[in-house]
Amino acid sequence: MSEEKFDPVIVGFFCNWCTSAAADLAGTARLHYPPNIRPIRVMCSSTVDPVYLIRALQEGADATILGGCHPGDCHYITGNYKARRRVAIVKTVLKSLGFDDTRVLLEWISGSEGPKFARVMNEYTSYIKERGPCDFKYIDSLGGD
Amino acid sequence: MAMKRIGVFICHCGRNIAGTVDVKKVAEEIGKREDVALATTYIFMCSEPGQKLIEESVKKYNLDGVVVANCSPTLHEKTMRNAAARGGLNPYRVEIANIREWAAWPHEDNPEAATRKAIRIINATIEKLKANASLEPIEVPVVRRALVIGGGVAGIQAALDLADAGIETILVEREPSIGGNMFRLSETFPTLDCPQCILTPKMNDVAQHPNIKLYTYSEVESVEGFMGNFKVKIRKKATYVDWDKCTGCGECLRVCPINVDSEFDLRMAKRKAIYIANEQAVPLKALIDENTCIRLQFEKKVKEGKIKPKKNVKICSKCADVCEPNAIHFQNNEEIVEEEVGSIIVATGFEVMPAEAFPELGGKYPDVLNSLQFERLLAPSGPTAGIPRRPSDGKVPESIAFVHCVGSRDPQSGVPYCSRICCMYTIKQAMLVKHALPSTAVYDFYIDIRSNGKGYEEFYHRAKEEYGVNFIRGKVSKIYKVGDKYRVQGVDTLTGRIVEVDVDMVILATAAKGSEGVKDLAKKLRIPYDEWGWLKETHLKLKPLETPVGGVFIAGAAQFVKDITDSVSQGSGAAAKAMALLSKPQLEKEPLLAKVDPEICAGCGRCKDQCAYGAISIDPVRHVAVVNEALCEGCGACSANCPTTAIQVVNFKKGQIIRAVDVLAEVF
Repeated sequence: MSEEKFDPVIVGFFCNWCTSAAADLAGTARLHYPPNIRPIRVMCSSTVDPVYLIRALQEGADATILGGCHPGDCHYITGNYKARRRVAIVKTVLKSLGFDDTRVLLEWISGSEGPKFARVMNEYTSYIKERGPCDFKYIDSLGGD
Repeated sequence: MAMKRIGVFICHCGRNIAGTVDVKKVAEEIGKREDVALATTYIFMCSEPGQKLIEESVKKYNLDGVVVANCSPTLHEKTMRNAAARGGLNPYRVEIANIREWAAWPHEDNPEAATRKAIRIINATIEKLKANASLEPIEVPVVRRALVIGGGVAGIQAALDLADAGIETILVEREPSIGGNMFRLSETFPTLDCPQCILTPKMNDVAQHPNIKLYTYSEVESVEGFMGNFKVKIRKKATYVDWDKCTGCGECLRVCPINVDSEFDLRMAKRKAIYIANEQAVPLKALIDENTCIRLQFEKKVKEGKIKPKKNVKICSKCADVCEPNAIHFQNNEEIVEEEVGSIIVATGFEVMPAEAFPELGGKYPDVLNSLQFERLLAPSGPTAGIPRRPSDGKVPESIAFVHCVGSRDPQSGVPYCSRICCMYTIKQAMLVKHALPSTAVYDFYIDIRSNGKGYEEFYHRAKEEYGVNFIRGKVSKIYKVGDKYRVQGVDTLTGRIVEVDVDMVILATAAKGSEGVKDLAKKLRIPYDEWGWLKETHLKLKPLETPVGGVFIAGAAQFVKDITDSVSQGSGAAAKAMALLSKPQLEKEPLLAKVDPEICAGCGRCKDQCAYGAISIDPVRHVAVVNEALCEGCGACSANCPTTAIQVVNFKKGQIIRAVDVLAEVF
């Protein structure tokens, strides 16, 4: 890393029914949050394969955030519980390999929680800024390319 | 085959996007891509010329895919898909890149970053789009029947409108009678109509309409299926009376020895263990309360082995003894019925917070009531025949204080919002007290008077000028008992003085919330709600009746507290929405569903375990997973659990998402 101020890359996977709607609401209300969040809409938090999260970290992201509906409120009945289990496993794997498991964050943000969306994005970005770059992506370079 | 001739259309949205995002630069950057045949901008993509531009470009450049970079896909995805389709492109080869809500607006303070983010979102969207398949919507048949949940005035109106349009309608009400909160009211503002007089004709129409099937004292147990094809289980609660035989004569009520608080009268009167909801109930049928009837309690204890009955013991059967049609059978007749409907309207209404929730305002005293309880005391058909009396001693009050905004506009002890109807009904109640008891002093403590309806402000002035109600602008801090009276301590903010009045009764206009149990119902229907129990509409301004679940609509105070006028309007509105849906012979279902590649499926069944809809089965012969398209909702939980990527959601394939993720994760 250069001497420049650290500007993290955070990939956000947002479920169609809750967190994407919250992101829309935050935008409509002109609530500001850092542009470091790079969003992608998925139908449900349960469809986010752990591979997506790891891939993002490998390809350059410093952190990933997965946003779903509150427990009990999943549009697909129980998708968020499945997501919760998947994220728990990803975190365990990261930790046991010696990586920082806070690089994966799961948050419940409902379709009416625009302000919460902006708050979470602000807080997580500041947290990652403090934490520094993710060392995960440099694995490739360890091989010497 | 990956797309090679993609058209990218970047919307300025006036200055909404272009004011922050450098759209020209975006088009330039995107235009550099080899797979992009055209990258262009336009001031309003959703306008007619904007749509025409997409349509013509599809033809002119022979585009095989389209990305429109504009607002949220909830707004114009359909518009853009249709525009491209008119040009001859399959609509599922169109994707929306949301650069307004997700880039321009939240980063309006940083145009450069917003522009970079817009480019990145578009690039990621192109990567996702490239492998999209052409699809045809799946056609599903429509059950031409509707379900209305909640028999208050909004639900009644919705059911009548649907039934009049020739649609068979099922109305479910959890109380023994329809009528809802409106039926409890004394008179209505600002017309001073008698609610019973204006609502009973509609209630009778419901009962007699050949197209309406009425289930009272029933609740929705479960909901399955999707737009056009819902399967609903309804639990008819036990009444212990045969309603086909019961004539509603009321003989049984006269002989029953048990007195308990009446639910309809909100504890302002007693009812018997066998009861009819109210005198004008629809349907006018008796039912037994199993928790208070001594016979049913006795039988229950015998059954549980808690009591051993002596021989020839005589248990109360007074009601059955006098019942001429022999309707009372004491048998638990709870029943689950199944109904198939194409559309559902939720009209579950509201409730007000109990006075007891505000002990500092005297909520614990018997003569401190909430407004809905006081409605019963003012109602001509109520327990005091419209002359208010103190519940503690039956005395006619010589002075009454009303307190507005109890719990409303008060995030600390109640809710942050204005409950909207309290100002008007409190003014009405003050007026009615003056009608019934002209010499009674009436004090009305308010913060602001919100009288924003047709004839409402005039009504307020009438109360002030013609009836001499004392309006005091200020908050009440404390209410406590002094001898026989209640001391109301507050402040008059217009004079800046502390005010203290001693009164016989206090009425608290407590905050309104969504009905009890509505959150459980919302979960069954998979529709969103907020922490106060209000159901959430798709769009507050433009789709106030719709929910994100296709075919499910909301009406009346279930969405947020409403007066009668608005509830009736919404009931009719939701009915019209349901009619439009049910008038189609076939409905189209999004084909974005799970699909199995039998070549690589190992038949392990992990996807089956993930499916919340039971849409996946394992073919016993070929030993591969099979998806039932009618049941699949396209969430993709299955695909995330598949070890071989055999099951994937069409146009949300893993390769597509990973390509998009690669773009998003890239360091600047």
